[in-house]
Amino acid sequence: MMRAKITIDGNEATAKIAYKLSEVIAIYPITPSSGMGEFADEWAANKQPNLWGTVPLVIEMQSEGGAAGAVHGALQSGALTTTFTASQGLLLMIPNMYKIAGELTPTVFHVTARSLAAQGLSIFGDHSDVVSTRGTGFALLASNSVQEAHDMALIAHAATLASRVPFLHFFDGFRTSHEVNKIEQLDLEDIRAMVDDPLVQAHRARGLTPDNPVLRGTAQNPDVYFQARETVNPYYLACPDIVQQSMDRFAALIGRAYHLFDYSGAPDAERVIVIMGSGADTAEETANYLAAQGEKVGVIKVHLFRPFSVKHFLKAVPPTVKMLAVLDRCKEPGSAGEPLYQDIVTAISEGSATDPKPRMIGGRYGLSSKEFTPAMVKGVFDEMLQAAPKNHFAVGINDDVTQNSIDYDPEFDIELPETVRCVFWGLGADGTVGANKNSIKIIGEETDNFAQGYFVYDSKKSGTVTVSHLRFGPKPIKAPYLINKAGFVACHQFSFLERLDVLKYASPGAVFLLNSIYGPDEVWDQLPRETQQSIIDKKLRFFVIDAYEVANKTGMGGRINTIMQTCFFAISNVLPRDQAIAEIKHAIEKTYGKRGEVVVQRNFEAVDHTLANLTEVKVPEKASSSLTRRQPVPAEAPEFVKNVLGRMIAGEGDSLPVSAMPVDGTFPTGTTQWEKRNITLEIPVWEPDLCIQCGKCCFVCPHAVIREKVYAPAHLAGAPESWLNMDARWKEFPDMKYTLAVSPDDCTGCSLCVEVCPAKDKSQVGRKAINMAPQPPIREQQNTNWDYFLSLPEVDRTQMSLKSVKNSQLLQPLFEFSGACAGCGETPYLKLLSQLLGDRIVIANATGCSSIYGGNLPTTPWAKNAEGRGPAWSNSLFEDNAEFGLGMRLSLDKHGEYARDLLGRLSNVIGESLVDELLQADQTSEAGIASQRERVALLKQRLGGLDDPQARDLLSLADVLVRKSVWIIGGDGWAYDIGYGGLDHVLASGRNVNVLVLDTEVYSNTGGQASKSTPRAAVAKFAAQGKGMPKKDLGMIAMAYGYVYVARIAMGASDQQTLNAFTEADAYDGPSLIIAYSHCIAHGYDLKKGLDQQKLAVASGIWPLYRFNPASIAQGQNPLTIDSKEPSVPVSQYAYNETRYRMLLQSDEQRAEALMKLAQKDVRGRWDLYRQMAAMHYEGDNNEKPSSD
Amino acid sequence: MVDLTTNYLGLKFANPLCASSSPLTNKLETALKLEEAGVAALVMPSLFEEQVIHEALRLDRDYMRGSESYAEALTYLPELGQYSIGPDKYLENLAKIKKNLSIPVLGSLNGVSTGGWVDYARRIEEAGADALELNLYEVSTDPEMTCQELEDRHVALVEAVRARVSIPLAVKLSPFYTALPNFACRLTEAGANGLVLFNRFYQPDIDLEMLEVVPHLVLSNSHELRLPLRWIAILRGRVAADFGLTGGVHSAEDLLKAVMAGASVTLVASELLMHGFGRVSEILNDVQEWMETHEYTSIQQMKGSMSQQAVGDPSAFERANYMRVLSSY
Repeated sequence: MMRAKITIDGNEATAKIAYKLSEVIAIYPITPSSGMGEFADEWAANKQPNLWGTVPLVIEMQSEGGAAGAVHGALQSGALTTTFTASQGLLLMIPNMYKIAGELTPTVFHVTARSLAAQGLSIFGDHSDVVSTRGTGFALLASNSVQEAHDMALIAHAATLASRVPFLHFFDGFRTSHEVNKIEQLDLEDIRAMVDDPLVQAHRARGLTPDNPVLRGTAQNPDVYFQARETVNPYYLACPDIVQQSMDRFAALIGRAYHLFDYSGAPDAERVIVIMGSGADTAEETANYLAAQGEKVGVIKVHLFRPFSVKHFLKAVPPTVKMLAVLDRCKEPGSAGEPLYQDIVTAISEGSATDPKPRMIGGRYGLSSKEFTPAMVKGVFDEMLQAAPKNHFAVGINDDVTQNSIDYDPEFDIELPETVRCVFWGLGADGTVGANKNSIKIIGEETDNFAQGYFVYDSKKSGTVTVSHLRFGPKPIKAPYLINKAGFVACHQFSFLERLDVLKYASPGAVFLLNSIYGPDEVWDQLPRETQQSIIDKKLRFFVIDAYEVANKTGMGGRINTIMQTCFFAISNVLPRDQAIAEIKHAIEKTYGKRGEVVVQRNFEAVDHTLANLTEVKVPEKASSSLTRRQPVPAEAPEFVKNVLGRMIAGEGDSLPVSAMPVDGTFPTGTTQWEKRNITLEIPVWEPDLCIQCGKCCFVCPHAVIREKVYAPAHLAGAPESWLNMDARWKEFPDMKYTLAVSPDDCTGCSLCVEVCPAKDKSQVGRKAINMAPQPPIREQQNTNWDYFLSLPEVDRTQMSLKSVKNSQLLQPLFEFSGACAGCGETPYLKLLSQLLGDRIVIANATGCSSIYGGNLPTTPWAKNAEGRGPAWSNSLFEDNAEFGLGMRLSLDKHGEYARDLLGRLSNVIGESLVDELLQADQTSEAGIASQRERVALLKQRLGGLDDPQARDLLSLADVLVRKSVWIIGGDGWAYDIGYGGLDHVLASGRNVNVLVLDTEVYSNTGGQASKSTPRAAVAKFAAQGKGMPKKDLGMIAMAYGYVYVARIAMGASDQQTLNAFTEADAYDGPSLIIAYSHCIAHGYDLKKGLDQQKLAVASGIWPLYRFNPASIAQGQNPLTIDSKEPSVPVSQYAYNETRYRMLLQSDEQRAEALMKLAQKDVRGRWDLYRQMAAMHYEGDNNEKPSSD
Repeated sequence: MVDLTTNYLGLKFANPLCASSSPLTNKLETALKLEEAGVAALVMPSLFEEQVIHEALRLDRDYMRGSESYAEALTYLPELGQYSIGPDKYLENLAKIKKNLSIPVLGSLNGVSTGGWVDYARRIEEAGADALELNLYEVSTDPEMTCQELEDRHVALVEAVRARVSIPLAVKLSPFYTALPNFACRLTEAGANGLVLFNRFYQPDIDLEMLEVVPHLVLSNSHELRLPLRWIAILRGRVAADFGLTGGVHSAEDLLKAVMAGASVTLVASELLMHGFGRVSEILNDVQEWMETHEYTSIQQMKGSMSQQAVGDPSAFERANYMRVLSSY
């Protein structure tokens, strides 16, 4: 039977099976598994049926723990149920996994295996999460490739029903989940043939029903628990054979044969690697290559890790084996060996009949998607030849600390010459990746070729570099590692040449395609010398096209994807040119057809205009350029930045040795200042004649790239020639000068500053006090000005009130140049926080966007001032952030208490007056804090020379005597959903913590899944039909405590109210909660209009502004102040500016209108409620300061 | 009993009061109420080619924004099964209204490119429209563009549409043509069966506080009747077309004046938006009563009775009219 060949990624391949075989699907977003949940949700929204003709119920839960609970419940009630997860999410499911397995309940959890957060979080792939579940009783079934993920998903669903053992089916995060590969699709009959309905009905019959009541989940005691635990043994003993039977049944039906352990390599192998996951394919290809050359090597690919079948394993081991190297893709510090190694050791020692038994060594590889290549596999085989091979080695890194790593020759290459390899450098969101995915589909589905695509992204969210790795050829492609020798290299962004070695992938004689505004005659002189030399040395054929020009002419704006794709097909000759163009157009229709004819037509036009603009460049014989590639960080950067972070910035992080890394995950702050990304073509330019010095531009800047200072006129003497200034308009700073400066290399060009600028030219209102202008001509000049600006002294914080927006922007931002999206709605709040309180705050940051742009290596935007003070920041997990922050508070409180106690005990040594002053200090103002710092300095001086344990203790605690603020920061996914229970508890504790919720109304970091903050009528992933229920009113819930300070803010609607909220929250001696409207790229509009949308959100009443200050109650005042006016515009006027709302109107108008009506009612009802609350009379005598005891 | 029927674009209408394009003609629910109220026909709101293009490009842009940039968030919006982007939604709506109403339903089209116009016009015809109103709305801002070039382009558009559709065509004009009678003749030669005078534009306003240009829509009043009244009176008999008058019809008197000037139908929107569906029957009753009182037997009899060619003093509709007004003060 001919089955369809499709080109999809591992997530889709898996979800296709899981969806067909489920009745209930409980989901929660977590990278890299989110795609499976998104597919399920979209298919359910489109009413696609499962195998039995009914549409599965897909429900998003508040956490993976919640998803596991819902799965457990649905299973207990007899539904076929599945879920998808990874990493920490899987850890949260573990408690339920024990239950589900203990109750012998068939289910399959599909897991994209991912690293666990230890010294740092990683979204990338390894088996740390999966092996953490090996005690649960779940069967652990590994897939090594996209095809296997599709096949094993079905085998898992079949085997779980037959065995009653629940299954965890896993494949490598990103490497398999996100690899696009050509596979054979299993059709409905295949699925039908693998699943026995009587087993389904038996499962259903075990479900709880009052018609046949039973009881499960008993509490068992010492007398019987042990015996009951042993009852499942027969099921686990039978399970491996059942899995093999399912595999055999699958092989009979489909033709692809799998075994619990598959051996591959020389029949008389003496050296054998044991491995599971995508690395097994690499090992297999390498072993076969080496075996063909006569080496006695082989590989055992592990599919069923648990229940571990010694019998089946031993059957797979060639009798000739002398040594086994067991490779684990995880790390268990302190163990006698990693999990797979330990099982193999046990299996061999218990079961092997050979004498002597084969020798065994274990090693680690590929943590966090670290490349695992044929060269490394050969390195392992070579190590096995050593007289004393290393045990517990690491391969793929240089461990220069414990000397555990083994050597390998990175030049070793086994790729088939007939496999075409291509690498494409693109700019994030320029369509390069999408076009390459289409190319892979075209090649995979329209030719006999096999095809593979894998895509690498960098750590930032704006101005990012993407690298697409495409392979195609006549044989199936089993190469789960990056290309390092490509016959075709395309660079879609000319500016990359300035900082990246894009030709490092080019093999000799390869083709180099460059998108260049310079034509074939001029381009050579514009290349860095290193690039010229590479082209000459490698004898590359060099083509250029001005894709931006073609895109502009054909109405494509900055989208050059189909143009570059056409060039690729034209040069590579994969298909006859006319056929290639026809296929590209067909792919365009498939991809963009839904979005309207004009989108398709414009893409067609772009394709049609491409080839006339593609030219081959005559390559000169010598490199002649005066330009050279820029260093990743400037020479004046600190050593650690240059030697470690700089290497990461340059894309050379893989070559850093173990010794380069901090042992405990501690990194210096203030490092984004060294990473000059130069990602915008336009920057704001200041016009002093119009400026009113309001500070609004600085206030809203998401990246702290536009700043103002007042300074003494004497500084003008050393200023650069192009330096602009005007008289400062501050009563606190008479006779001073004022300058507004912009960092051209750090700006993202979002233009929020220009949008907010209120100062317009009276003769030409289009001209404001700041206007966007082309960056390249003024880049150098403005960089000089920026450097001079930074050298000017910061304003004295104690000399002015910090309660006005204008003054606040004279404060140094200690959050700068983050990698957040251009125009981000979250970061301006963090910048403001850092300005107001940055030198005395500790931050607990929930996992999410803010932890990524705040803490994703290589650099961090959290910075220090000239005194070396600044925010101290840490991220624990997603779900525990409130508790994590509370812990920080408790520590500060306890240390403060102890320090004060010690002051008392040592007062005769320190001096009573200093002790009194330290204890009685008023720290409610900047001046008060400054004075306390001076006292603490004096205290340290006095304690310094004392040989007294108590004095030394006090010295170690002295800084805590200066008031510190704890800020607990996270997004709505954390605060409304996964972390809500903890947040509630922390608010209830009464402790002095400040919670800032950056509310984007979706899980932004994982790509816009709905949270309980998502408003009614908005579409989001996991709410593809439009959210039917209203947004949770988190503020109202917190207000119910009566002693929690609560503010709902939107800086675009009222910057002053935002500022007030931050200062009041800090001042309030109890828990505070600020909910901040944060416009987001996931809302679907140009974020330069973000502030306008904030205004409309407030004007429509969908986002009322208020502050609830319990401190007012004691004064007999109502604590609730509503800071916005009665709703004056319809919600639809706000909502339909955003695609998240409008797309529902376009897809299901009736539902959109019905939900919008309800959303409008929500607004009215809430407004009436708030108004009544704000009008309530308070006596003022029944409130005491909350006690947190 | 007077005969209120009238012929417009070769179709027979029960009376000369039609619902002009407005939000009321966009929904089946309100379209049914209009029919029940007694309008003779309705004109759907314009299918704006520019709007269709804008919506499609916007959706595409919003999908792509930020996509494929960061490994955790390769997209930010779900891909829904189907979108009503482009003319499909409009055409479905037109077909639904046509199917449920017995009065004539006219499609309306505002396009920017020859290709788009022709294609959309054909699809409006296929969706069941009884006639098509082409909306020649264009604010010419290019100093290089001559009036001849602009008129030639518009005539070419009408020719192109005429060549592809067989239903009657009306062309809705703006008042800003230098030589309107000549242009009107060219349009009829190009295939227009009727002319609708005049298009009302969204006029921008200035927000003095914000120093911003803001869109502004003001509903019409009876004073606006004068402009189309004059031009229909002038064109009637000189141009081989039926006339529809739009803008300023709020009462029976307005309607009667329009018919006397030469209009076959009046197209009413603001009055109905302001005062409800009930105004249709009130106006028609008043028309009937007036005609009976003044012993008119039919609309046909009245049509064009006070056109420039029909009145005794043709200069009344020309420049002298302005001079008389001045001198009356």
